[in-house]
Amino acid sequence: MPDLLAARSQMAMSLGFHIIFAMVGIAMPVLMVVAERRWQRTGDRIYLDLAHRWAKGTAILFAVGAVSGTVLSFELGLLWPTFMEHAGPIIGMPFSLEGFAFFTEAIFLGVYLYGWERISPRAHLAAGWAVAASGMLSGVFVVIANAWMNAPTGFRWVDGRAVDVDPIAAMMSPAAFPQVLHMTLAAYAGTGLVVAGIHALPLLRQPRNAFHRRALSVALLIGAPAALLQPLSGDLSARFVAHWQPAKLAAMEGQFRTERGAPLRVGGWPDEAAGETRYALEIPRGLSLLAFKDPGAEVKGLEAFPRQDWPPIAIVHVAFQVMVGLGSFMAVVSAAALWLMGRRLELTRHRWLLRALVLAAPMGFICTEAGWVVTEVGRQPWIVYSLMRTAEAVTPMPGLIVPFLVFTSLYAVLGGVVAWLLYQQVLRSPQATEEDAA
Amino acid sequence: MTADVGPAELVAGCALVALTAYVLLGGADFGGGVWDLLASGPRRRQQRALVAEAIGPIWEANHVWLIIVVVLLFTCFPAAFARLAVTLHIPLSLMLIGIVLRGSAFTFRSHYGPGREEGGRAAGTTERWGRVFAIASAGTPVLLGLCVGALAGGALPVPGRAGFYATFVAPWLTPFGLGVGVLTLALFAFLAAVYLTVEAQDDDLREDFRRRALYAAAAVFVAAFGTLGLALLGAPLMGRGLTAAPWAPALHAATGAAAVIAIWALWRRRYRLARVATAGQVSLILWGWALAQYPYLIPPDLTIRAAAAPRITLVLVLWALAAGALVLFPSLIYLLRVFKREPARS
Repeated sequence: MPDLLAARSQMAMSLGFHIIFAMVGIAMPVLMVVAERRWQRTGDRIYLDLAHRWAKGTAILFAVGAVSGTVLSFELGLLWPTFMEHAGPIIGMPFSLEGFAFFTEAIFLGVYLYGWERISPRAHLAAGWAVAASGMLSGVFVVIANAWMNAPTGFRWVDGRAVDVDPIAAMMSPAAFPQVLHMTLAAYAGTGLVVAGIHALPLLRQPRNAFHRRALSVALLIGAPAALLQPLSGDLSARFVAHWQPAKLAAMEGQFRTERGAPLRVGGWPDEAAGETRYALEIPRGLSLLAFKDPGAEVKGLEAFPRQDWPPIAIVHVAFQVMVGLGSFMAVVSAAALWLMGRRLELTRHRWLLRALVLAAPMGFICTEAGWVVTEVGRQPWIVYSLMRTAEAVTPMPGLIVPFLVFTSLYAVLGGVVAWLLYQQVLRSPQATEEDAA
Repeated sequence: MTADVGPAELVAGCALVALTAYVLLGGADFGGGVWDLLASGPRRRQQRALVAEAIGPIWEANHVWLIIVVVLLFTCFPAAFARLAVTLHIPLSLMLIGIVLRGSAFTFRSHYGPGREEGGRAAGTTERWGRVFAIASAGTPVLLGLCVGALAGGALPVPGRAGFYATFVAPWLTPFGLGVGVLTLALFAFLAAVYLTVEAQDDDLREDFRRRALYAAAAVFVAAFGTLGLALLGAPLMGRGLTAAPWAPALHAATGAAAVIAIWALWRRRYRLARVATAGQVSLILWGWALAQYPYLIPPDLTIRAAAAPRITLVLVLWALAAGALVLFPSLIYLLRVFKREPARS
């Protein structure tokens, strides 16, 4: 394995591992505090039990997220020292702010998890909100740093160096808002629906279980609106990409030729050698319409870019199809659930909905992984879009396959243990009925 | 030495403060793991439980100081960060594995095992995670010390000139580096034992940690003088700085005084005084290293000034640090007030 590929693989694996825990760290605190608040308002002890159990799961996921995030902050230098040497002063600002947001999150999570009997109920709930708010801010700042790699602003590039650095302008990259919105919604949608799916499964067998019914309602309250809004945010992201990273858009869509009235391709397999995408369902003029709000607009194809500036086409195209396909399913299921909830109908009577929620459970995480593949692989061969190539940024350290394999094994073991522990916890869910609620 | 102080020096000073906080707080959490590993005697179980109780709510917050140091380094001194990350790739990666295993194993154990109570089906698994936590807690400080030793030793090459061993192994695998590694481990264990004398509620348990603190103080003494000797032999810049600089006698006197007060206070069972003196002693050792290599960030050739980011970045980061501190310190004080006092059962 060439060193550059090993470094990219290690970074991809580390990010792909961490993002799951980061998403849970953003969204789970909201679920916890909503459950706790419902307990405080109604006195229904099942909600308290729920908050306790969710907090326990969050504790373990947060810890693994914290340590895997630490690994990433070092890996930026261990794998991409040249990138950090140039980009550090420009995008260090959001990382510094993230440091404080993460600090606040860690402090109040400690208070929340260990403070049930030490502080007043009001202070405890406030600590939960502090965790939720700072968790969201941490994510926002990290995504702002990534956005700069896609649409670098806030400096001038002269003779291979950044001059006239303006860290504030760098945070205002045109990629920042679309990316931040898309990732934040993804965290709530993905986490909310995975929790909903976990509780929908036992409800198929015991629809009267009061514990799972409450869990499902809180999870959907957070996850479903986010999943429903996500296609709109995706549209915003796609239009950003169309304008700022046309080569990435061409890869996402498998668009090889530059043409007016370009079709939207659903599925298909891009053949780089032949320069065409086969087996796709083509919706005439769809891409021009979606990307530029004009069915006759010209869409640049890959042929407009030098071959050495192409990202890997097939990976980006397939990842994009997976994200859009699964994301659409999540949005439809969420719309149905919200419609039933809005009409105060009993969700558990609709077994098709419970089954769809079980099916949708892993989809948010899969979509997020696929979305990051589109963002990151689609930016290749650049680490800073159109300025610095990934190959120029990699460390001179040889034998990078070794750390790649070591960290992959480590994370595989940790991932397995976390999954097993959470599974054990779900197995121990209580058999409460509505009579126990009082 | 008292030359003009600009934003670069201020940020470097903030990074040193953050590193000191990491050592005093996060370091003690690693030291707690060392005492889990070395738990012995009739109160073995209670010793482990006290360690777990002491670090449970706070280790993640304490850990963030390290992230602050790294972020300050790559934002404000990117050239230094890049060089450290290249030449110390191997020990830093090993240290990260230790950090990951320590944190994960501690959480797996504390949230899913039977915990302090005996028995339970998962007892065996819990014990195994306890071992992972303890061993990772003992190994990680040595690796951290190795990296610091490599930096302080003044032999980090500019990458690309020499071969694999000379660039990626030789700079950190030195007797001086190992000495700093052992010293770091001893300091962390010392801090933890002293803190635990204050936190123990039970007199016997307090005596256990008082004895351990005194052993650890002896280990620090040996490791500190051993490392100084190795510095004179193998890290001449550091050795000279620590012995010949005009401030050296005053610094050594202050460090020595703190050490004597710490041991005297432990001996007389004045634990709160011992805690302050120990923290002072450890901080002074850290600052001694920083002073000895000032104005270099990576001795012998990369100064703080030369490695610094553009001025606007430094100034903005200083503002961010000030704003962050306004949120951070009240929150931290709140955290410690909630957990480092008698439990208020409602």
